[in-house]
Amino acid sequence: MTEHDALMLPDHLDQPDAYRAPIAIDGADLEVLIEQLRAMLVIRKAEEKIGDMVTAGKIRCPAHLGIGQEAIAVGVSSPLRASDRVFGAHRSHSHFLALGGSVDGLFAEVLGRVTGSSKGMGGSMHLFDQTVGFLGSVPIVGASVPVATGAGLAAKMDGRGDVAVSYFGDGAMEEGALHESLNLAMALQLPVIFVCENNFFASHLHISLRQPGNSLARFARAHGMPAYALDGNDVRAMTLAAEEAVQRARAGGGPSFIEAVTYRWRGHVGPREDMDVGVRRGDDLVIWKQRDPVGRLVGALAARGWFSHDAAAALDREVQDEIDAAWQRAEVAPFPETAALLDLVYALPGGGTR
Amino acid sequence: MTTMTYAQGILAAFRYTMRTRPNVFVFGQGLWSPWYVGSSMQDLDIEFGRERVIDSPVSEVAVTGAAVGASLCGYRPIVVHPRMDFMILAVDQIVSQAAKWAHMFGGQARPAVTIRGIINRGGEQGAQHSQALHAWFAHIPGLRVVMPATAADARDLLIASVLCDDPVLYIDDRWLYEVEQDETPIVELDLATQRPAVLREGGDCTLVGAGYSTQLCLQAAAQLAAAGIDCEVIDLRVINPLDDAAIVASVQKTGRLVAVDGSWRLCGLAGEIIAGVAEQLDVGAWRGRPQRVTLPDAPAPTSRALEEIYYPTAATVIAAVRRTLGNREE
Repeated sequence: MTEHDALMLPDHLDQPDAYRAPIAIDGADLEVLIEQLRAMLVIRKAEEKIGDMVTAGKIRCPAHLGIGQEAIAVGVSSPLRASDRVFGAHRSHSHFLALGGSVDGLFAEVLGRVTGSSKGMGGSMHLFDQTVGFLGSVPIVGASVPVATGAGLAAKMDGRGDVAVSYFGDGAMEEGALHESLNLAMALQLPVIFVCENNFFASHLHISLRQPGNSLARFARAHGMPAYALDGNDVRAMTLAAEEAVQRARAGGGPSFIEAVTYRWRGHVGPREDMDVGVRRGDDLVIWKQRDPVGRLVGALAARGWFSHDAAAALDREVQDEIDAAWQRAEVAPFPETAALLDLVYALPGGGTR
Repeated sequence: MTTMTYAQGILAAFRYTMRTRPNVFVFGQGLWSPWYVGSSMQDLDIEFGRERVIDSPVSEVAVTGAAVGASLCGYRPIVVHPRMDFMILAVDQIVSQAAKWAHMFGGQARPAVTIRGIINRGGEQGAQHSQALHAWFAHIPGLRVVMPATAADARDLLIASVLCDDPVLYIDDRWLYEVEQDETPIVELDLATQRPAVLREGGDCTLVGAGYSTQLCLQAAAQLAAAGIDCEVIDLRVINPLDDAAIVASVQKTGRLVAVDGSWRLCGLAGEIIAGVAEQLDVGAWRGRPQRVTLPDAPAPTSRALEEIYYPTAATVIAAVRRTLGNREE
């Protein structure tokens, strides 16, 4: 291997057309796969709805859509339990929904309604649902990674085998906070799964203009951390890697790093596809859409005769109806009381802390 | 009667919270070193073990952020930054994370973390080993900022910070470590109800300080008393959120105000104190122009000749009192 090879993704993972066939599902449980298909559809359709409603002028807060990246969160969430602690970033609708965060809560939140998952105080970029283990997403790039690392420290101190998960993107890999966190997690052997969604873009700028290589697992290896680089559009591959990493962390084996190679179908923020500059994203996007995590799972199920295209269409309609109904509920939900503006600054409004 | 110093007060607070609260741990650089934080953390690692008193990698961001994360999961971490200048590296975690999470998640997240930032200056340490940046943090809603001036407060306000459900920046000053007083029993205070304290009563001029500045005010007041000028000294104790009712009431009585702060002048704590009183007090209540005593707006020098004129002293406070009294002799 040359020095240059060490910087680059292995196995043609960066080639859009290298992984277009139906995914391998040998040894997988049918019911789990159908559940994962449904979860991916919920994420996709929820995000499509949000995109449409931004276009319609009904949503004003910045909404970063991860359409095309659904398999990552669904696969990673598979081995998690509610006592684990998961942290996201600016593009985290999928991380929230894949854990079981409610579509109603998401929609109400992006509309600033009090029934939102953050009581209407956070919007798209600040999601939270402790009941499913989602302890927060924030848009300062890399900022939730140290926080997740600390949740891992807490889990280690608790001694009950819980783990922390930190989602971030390839852009965050350029932040010092990432490297401090990887080092800290290794030094203290913390049960943290670092999940890097490498979609090649930080906002508008392609990774080739930001880094000397496009492999991000290389940073984890430099810290001596077990690392995976895999097709993030393969929900089964993501599930298997996550299971191994989570099992290691629960058993006291320390942190892991999963680089999930993927592509977002929309621009950095909002519903448009064509915002990006500096590279010819247009041609790539057409091919990446054929590396679709949803379509490739449907294809695999159909090839086995486990699932017909009619059944897929029916599932599609069922999910769409749920999404539409959730949106209608969110649109009529109330806004927060004006008192929330000041009352939520400190633990107890006007004084006491306990 | 037994006495206690400020540094002993801090140490007592660490020992008390760690003994009585199993979810308290301490995290930061230098915690296993004999010299980083002076006597204020002496042998904590021996008493409580190195799993609860964790000396950390040189990673201000990750360590501060990790403490925030642990606090979201039921722990009460105390992060130690042995020198506030280095804490600047972790400002995102303090300002945009710890201070924001409760509000932006609708009150569902509770980053109950205590961040100890130590002001460590003088001795020709220069521009990057001297800064007192409390005013920056007092600007941030959602953060509580504590600046104890006495040994009892050094102890009891640190305990209160750890017990508080909000993120707290606890700022102590190494120039105060030998300040001594009679030992008092430990009390568990509710930080949210702590207000500025009148440490000395007087009718001629109100002196306001926080941390080391309060000690300068007390020294100046003692010297002025000998000259027949009675100053009232108010110790802020908590500078965010700031309750200035006691200051307003005092200036209503004295008609004069000198705000003393060991940091810079522009957009600083001293100006904020004067602005708050000016808004609330009738123009006719003033008997003299309010005065600020601060650092000059320059980085800390190293040369002792410059350092001598850089930091406020009791003498500069006395000069400000004489200015507001209309005494033009200097």
